[in-house]
Amino acid sequence: MSTLDHPAQSAVHGASEGLPSALAQSHTYTHHGGRPVRTEPRAVRIALILVALGFLGLFIALPLVSVFYEAFRRGWAAYVAAIIEPDALAAIRLTLIVAAISVTANLLFGLVASWAIAKFEFPGKSLLITLIDLPFSVSPVVAGLIYVLLFGSQGLFAAYLQAWDIKIIFALPGIVLATIFVTFPFVARELIPLMQEQGTAEEEAAISLGASGLSTFFRVTLPNVKWALLYGVLLCNARAMGEFGAVSVVSGHVRGLTNTMPLHIEILYNEYQFVASFAVASLLALLALVTLIAKTILEHRLAEEDR
Amino acid sequence: MTIDVVGVTKRFKTFTALDHVNLTIHSGELVALLGPSGSGKTTLLRIIAGLEWPDTGEVRFDGEDALARSVRERNVGFVFQHYALFRHMNVFENVAFGLRVRRGADKLPEAAIREKVNELLSLVQIDWLAERYPAQLSGGQRQRVALARALAISPKVLLLDEPFGALDAKVRKELRRWLRHLHEELPVTSVLVTHDQEEALELADRVVVMGHGKIEQVGSPAEVYDNPATAFVHDFIGETIALPGEVRGGALYFGTHALGLDPQGVADGPARILARPHDVDLADPGTTPFAGKVLAVRTFGPTRRADVELTSTGGPVVVEAAVPHGQTLLPGTQVGLLPRRYKVFSQPTR
Repeated sequence: MSTLDHPAQSAVHGASEGLPSALAQSHTYTHHGGRPVRTEPRAVRIALILVALGFLGLFIALPLVSVFYEAFRRGWAAYVAAIIEPDALAAIRLTLIVAAISVTANLLFGLVASWAIAKFEFPGKSLLITLIDLPFSVSPVVAGLIYVLLFGSQGLFAAYLQAWDIKIIFALPGIVLATIFVTFPFVARELIPLMQEQGTAEEEAAISLGASGLSTFFRVTLPNVKWALLYGVLLCNARAMGEFGAVSVVSGHVRGLTNTMPLHIEILYNEYQFVASFAVASLLALLALVTLIAKTILEHRLAEEDR
Repeated sequence: MTIDVVGVTKRFKTFTALDHVNLTIHSGELVALLGPSGSGKTTLLRIIAGLEWPDTGEVRFDGEDALARSVRERNVGFVFQHYALFRHMNVFENVAFGLRVRRGADKLPEAAIREKVNELLSLVQIDWLAERYPAQLSGGQRQRVALARALAISPKVLLLDEPFGALDAKVRKELRRWLRHLHEELPVTSVLVTHDQEEALELADRVVVMGHGKIEQVGSPAEVYDNPATAFVHDFIGETIALPGEVRGGALYFGTHALGLDPQGVADGPARILARPHDVDLADPGTTPFAGKVLAVRTFGPTRRADVELTSTGGPVVVEAAVPHGQTLLPGTQVGLLPRRYKVFSQPTR
């Protein structure tokens, strides 16, 4: 840090150019109590920090606290009752199933796509990279609508689906598809830059030592990206469990059947069941906190591997 | 193992990396592929290894078609330019890798693997680093791990891509000598890629000088240094003083001035007279083929160099001449250049 600060320091103190440089230096150091010289005055720094903290408190910490506050307003019994209520349990179960399927699917897809993109040259590669990012730029509601248009009763594949008696929209498959679409980029986005940076030399070394392709993947490629992979899975999971828009379009809101946790929370809230609604919401908030802690730990591991 | 490279051509899109290359590497030899970057030397090494496939041509190991075998099956030890050590494995596991991935009848029991790895680690003198990870090693130590890992599969061919490129000068010299020693101890044919002529000349039994995807010359270090086959080799290996000239009617001229030097059978036309700096004497300007004005004298370490400007009808030409010890040369004075040993090459017209 301190070495980075030096050019800025000389720029700021350009006014004291006439002074012998040693004098100018000692001046700045004593002024700041011997700590590395910052470019901004203390007051500006404190103001900036307060603004940032105030913003975080107002928009993140306060809502988070209020979720738990509302959830426990009527006490522990009401909280537990809201969660073990059959519809709530069904919503939790559905959310877990959907997350398990879509995270697994995107874990596999993310690995395959980033492996292909980072280690091989092929036509259409840049198109694939662009497509992977698409879910980030498309509104989740539009994503949901795409699946309704494709698989709905008026949709493109309606005739086939009816003939085979397959139900996708307003059922589990539709919810899973919409969730996969929305959480599509998380794993691949984490892996591609890392794999590209690592290059192919280690894989070449492994193969030249007699390892098969599969063995190279499991012994060399995968261990090299394991922390980034976990990180991507974590973000993917958080989004999969919390997704509202896309799932809302394809779910049909059938209580106890096609309601995920976010949808269940909305219904409860619209029915003025605030305690129940916030109780279920607190579970999602808890997930967010756990994700945050795990993310911090993983980031630490990633930074360590980078050394 | 004898390696035959026959008529190998390799193109990357429009760039021709190798252009009909023929080369025989004898069993037990240490051969250096020497050339500037882009000369195709690394591509040739990777083709021998099986990491790259030629567009046309053949590669034979002891007469057998090597192109029919993948890199897995060729049993070559490859030392990568930046070592490519497995970053999540410690030194021991890095070296053990080639033994651990064996399947079926070749699979070794754990005890045999441990024994072999420990043997290799002491061979490369890093047994005390077995538990360390690549990130905790110095460049020279990584190099030794890379070599031990490549040797673990008991290769008959050892291929090294710029093995000392990432090391500082002192470590490089040390490792160079040690590698030569190791090559002699092992029943292995080694091919080394380098852009460092000193490395190639000191280490190799034979040097293959490459330029623009072609082999310019193959020979012992002494041959390529003392008797360069082409102007490219002369320029690339060792220091070169290039004196301008022209062959007319079987005699060498500089402008209108007859040089009295042997044109060495070069046909009429523009020519370059190439000589090693220590083969060009400084003498009285009246008596020598070339004479010019001293522009500057520079000293670096034990060598001194003078920029001498030769005037001709085609404009001034500045050449760099060696100044022997004990001789003072003042800028502005006239000096004569007398090449004692030199090679004449025709200058392709551009």
